[in-house]
Amino acid sequence: MEALWLSMKLAACVAAILLAIGMPVAYWLAYSNWRGKFLLESVVALPLVLPPTVLGFYALVAMGPRGPLGKLWIALFGHGLAFTFGGLIVASVLYSFPFAVQPLIASFEGVDRRLLDASAVLGSGGLRTFWRVILPLSLPGMVTAAVLSFAHTLGEFGVVLMVGGNLAGVTRTVSIDIYDRVQSLEYGEANRMALVLLAISFAVLSIVYAVNRRVWMPWAAK
Amino acid sequence: MGGEVNGKMLIAQIRKERRSAGASNFVLDVSVEVSPGITILFGASGAGKSTLLDCVAGLLRPGQGRIVTGTDVLFDSDARINVPAPKRRIAYVFQTLALFPHLTAEENVAYGLKDLREEERRERVDAILKAFRVEKLRKQKPGEISGGERQRIALARSLITEPRVLLLDEPLTGLDAELKAALVDDLRAWNTAKGIPILYVTHSRDEVDALGERVIALDNGRVVSAGAPMEVLNAPRRKKLAQAAGFENLLSATVLDLREADGVMRVRLGDSACEIEVPLGYSAIGSRVQVAIRAGDILLATERPQGLSARNIIKGQIVSLEQRGTMVIARVDSGALFVVHITPGAVRALELAAGKPVWLVLKTHSCHLVD
Repeated sequence: MEALWLSMKLAACVAAILLAIGMPVAYWLAYSNWRGKFLLESVVALPLVLPPTVLGFYALVAMGPRGPLGKLWIALFGHGLAFTFGGLIVASVLYSFPFAVQPLIASFEGVDRRLLDASAVLGSGGLRTFWRVILPLSLPGMVTAAVLSFAHTLGEFGVVLMVGGNLAGVTRTVSIDIYDRVQSLEYGEANRMALVLLAISFAVLSIVYAVNRRVWMPWAAK
Repeated sequence: MGGEVNGKMLIAQIRKERRSAGASNFVLDVSVEVSPGITILFGASGAGKSTLLDCVAGLLRPGQGRIVTGTDVLFDSDARINVPAPKRRIAYVFQTLALFPHLTAEENVAYGLKDLREEERRERVDAILKAFRVEKLRKQKPGEISGGERQRIALARSLITEPRVLLLDEPLTGLDAELKAALVDDLRAWNTAKGIPILYVTHSRDEVDALGERVIALDNGRVVSAGAPMEVLNAPRRKKLAQAAGFENLLSATVLDLREADGVMRVRLGDSACEIEVPLGYSAIGSRVQVAIRAGDILLATERPQGLSARNIIKGQIVSLEQRGTMVIARVDSGALFVVHITPGAVRALELAAGKPVWLVLKTHSCHLVD
């Protein structure tokens, strides 16, 4: 149960951080006219196709005591980043990035441009338009982004193993715990945890689909 | 509204190219002056009306030009001035209205009043909701409101900010005549106090007749004519404009002879033997011209009329009759095919039917030359 709690905590932190970072990135990707935009789009989508071990490997190297991120972290906090909960968060944020950013882009792009024009001619700059118009109208996308990055982080294995190792209570997440138990032939325990993950994943996806079916769109015309 | 408030005039000289994949480049190149009161911007779709409004509002950046209201320069390509849209104080009601779907009518209307104290904001919202007769809808969201009321709320939302210019992009499409007239009355009433220039886009001739103090006709990115509605619309100089303005008959013709003393010339319609007299144009004998005739300006007779001042009396035969509401559209073949609008009563009284021979009667000055 300790492992499950740790996974939940990790997933919640990652989802929160991703929403915060994902919004400006998605905003820029949705509305910029820059020609080289496709490059950034590719970078954002990279974790979708990259093997988790590759991503984990580079994350580990960067976080090591000689890597740029590791050095910075040691200078700031006096200890390394690899094999810590903080390190897991950083790696997971990278790994789940597309799961947060892509639904956000889709929902920002779905907002009628004329509403943004209307906001502008009524005297509102970009920031106020974002808070008062884009964000409320992108609520389903926000929920999807949060839920998907939560669920994706909950189930990750390769990256966590590379960056975090397997330290009970620090970096042993639920998927690694399941793997551990299978290795030591504790099938009953493994099954219990696996079922919990299955149930959570199903619940989470149901939320995503319900939201995208506009079950929760209070302003939609009846 | 004449010269007393010239200071508030909107003057826009705009050149804007729009590239679109496939189609050829569209160039808007216009110079317009809009004085206080309602000016109609008229033209077929694709003529550049919305592009012009977007440039004035600051949503599109012109390639070159200068946009001024009163003494304030909003855009000047030479001086590198480009006031951003939120700071222009130009109200714009879009064709789609663009009401915020997640906000109530009241919140929509208050949207532009961000810097006011709560009480003052309340007062102004109350006043304008009342002026546009939508105060009972204040707590409703746009999705729950009828089309005409949405249009009123969109107008109220734009006008509450005390704009210096109001741009309306076909805001009344889809309203029936009565609702439209009521809304326009409310708009006029509001503007008698404010006296701002209102640029009203439409492609509907009825709206031009109902509203216009002044009309600017746009075609293919150029101003083709400007002035009082009657002058602009009754003398179409371009084919597309003629069609948009409700000239159902557009006939190509060859000039036969010029009678300069009478101010007329004779033309032959198409390849037919049918000749008519039209106002004198800047055309040489033998050259091709386009003649535009409104279907409602043509008379039908079952016998050859005598003693009429009308110069063109043409024999033909009814091809078809088609009832449209309270109007009957008759097609008459007289070598060239004419469309004539008549009343159902006339059809009964004259016992008109397909195949029946008739005479078409046309005044010379009902025939307009289009270049």
